[in-house]
Amino acid sequence: MKQMLNVALPKGRLGEKVYSMFEKAGYPCPAIKEAGRKLIFENKSCAVRYFWVKPSDVAIYVERGAADIGVAGKDILLEYEPDIYELLDLNTGKCKMAVAAKKDFRDDNGRTLRVATKFSNIAAGYYMSKGRDIDIIHLNGSIEIAPILGLSDVIVDIVETGTTLKENDLKIIETIVPISARFIANKSSYKFKYNAIDSLVKNLARQAEDNCD
Amino acid sequence: MIGNFPLNSNEEIIFSLRSLFESYGYSLYKMSKFEEYDLYSKNKEFLISDGVIAFTDTNGKLMALKPDVTLSIVKNTANSKGMIQKLYYNENVYRVSKSSHNFKEIMQVGLECIGKIDSFSVFEVLTLALKSLSLVSQSYILDVSSLDILKGVLDFLNVPNGFRADIIHYIGEKNQHELARLCSELQIPTERYAVLKELVSINGSPESAFDKMNGILKGVVDENTLSEFENIINALDDRKCVNIDFSVVDDINYYNGIVFKGFVEGVPNSVLSGGRYDSLMKKMKRSEKAIGFAVYLDMLEHLNAKREEYDVDTVIVYDGQTDFDFLQKTADGIRKENNSVLLLNDRPEDIRYKRLIKIINGEVTDIETNA
Repeated sequence: MKQMLNVALPKGRLGEKVYSMFEKAGYPCPAIKEAGRKLIFENKSCAVRYFWVKPSDVAIYVERGAADIGVAGKDILLEYEPDIYELLDLNTGKCKMAVAAKKDFRDDNGRTLRVATKFSNIAAGYYMSKGRDIDIIHLNGSIEIAPILGLSDVIVDIVETGTTLKENDLKIIETIVPISARFIANKSSYKFKYNAIDSLVKNLARQAEDNCD
Repeated sequence: MIGNFPLNSNEEIIFSLRSLFESYGYSLYKMSKFEEYDLYSKNKEFLISDGVIAFTDTNGKLMALKPDVTLSIVKNTANSKGMIQKLYYNENVYRVSKSSHNFKEIMQVGLECIGKIDSFSVFEVLTLALKSLSLVSQSYILDVSSLDILKGVLDFLNVPNGFRADIIHYIGEKNQHELARLCSELQIPTERYAVLKELVSINGSPESAFDKMNGILKGVVDENTLSEFENIINALDDRKCVNIDFSVVDDINYYNGIVFKGFVEGVPNSVLSGGRYDSLMKKMKRSEKAIGFAVYLDMLEHLNAKREEYDVDTVIVYDGQTDFDFLQKTADGIRKENNSVLLLNDRPEDIRYKRLIKIINGEVTDIETNA
């Protein structure tokens, strides 16, 4: 009997896009497309079970073995540093982690830089590598208003199209790292479900290459 | 089972590991819970987690609750004087859990082999690691890697020192795409990067791995290093449970040679971790070589975590009028039949029992049977 593969997918647009890649790779689960509030979907004939989880929680499900594999943004992996295998860049959900500030911002090295962000670990690591003293202000949303209200000098956040920044009179001043969706696996599951995970990775890799084009 | 007392699986595992290690002549090494903080601050990178619980002793010395056993053993054992010391331990350590970010008390059982380490010593430690895993579960895998081979490949690639840690980090994640990006940024020639790419993709039985390794590592890595690695692995009885996987990486400032991690089905993280640590010995000004491993028992709580159906076999509810001697004798009579007995002065609400007996004015009445 085939071993059941438990897959954690990020809820939302990215998750739907990624599901279609899994479907093409031979792991369909038609029930997942039905509207409703259900979060777990199973297709016994293909030995696959999908969970919709909050994007920032995918890595936790995979690290702790509740899911064997999953898809998480590189931002989440850099922020939480889970102990997992990062097997593939799916070349989708592309954006970047950037530093943004008000259009008239000028960095004053004589002062501690106030940085508002959801991504404290990434921000701390980035500025530590530059030797810049910073004060991190951890926020959970609407980061863009922090510089406008004088709460911070800059923000570190994900930028997709830049429209939100523009509408709030902010501009990108530095790019920290490009972000995209990554295929991750639990280390123990990878050993015990190797054949299934490996063939899935190979199939997804071909699709990821197509995403590049 | 010891006598009539069932052991929980962790206790059973500890007993069987201890008797396994003793049957190989390893002697128990008992140590204090505390160690000078300085030992850990000087060897921070050797520790699995950053945090150490520190406190000031009555003499003003900064002390720590042990976050690790190996460092204490290396610090406190006498020089082996050309011999090999074989020690095992069963200790609690205190470190920050990666998942909860809080301090946790973790029971650890492990062994250290210190002195004139030869290939046979490494082979024996790997054999014991495999046997230890077999005591934990029937379904297990020991991932084995060689840091000497990995170092050889990094030298071949001419990876600058400042980027080695990044490369090793990506190897640990099996992160081929970031490796490709970084190697291209470092302008490592494609044919040299291809060797690293192949090495990282190795994940399988020793036979298939050695085939692949011989194809890519000839002229890249010292032949003696390669043949010693192959010879040790090929000598293992339990080779079918060995997986060659170069993503098992540890800090190359402390570890060298063979490193390994053990996994059992149903537990999300590795339950066993070990390797050769001659470099740590050197850092601590010891001339000998060393190898060891630890089994992390906190990880095993997830395995076979079944709850007992009943908290107690029999509950006796007594009143205030009954003679103590009569109560005691009635309970002991039931205990003789291998039943646990809990005496209470009122009917319990949240205890699951097989049988409930009431004793009123010296009379025994069966009230309820659930089994």
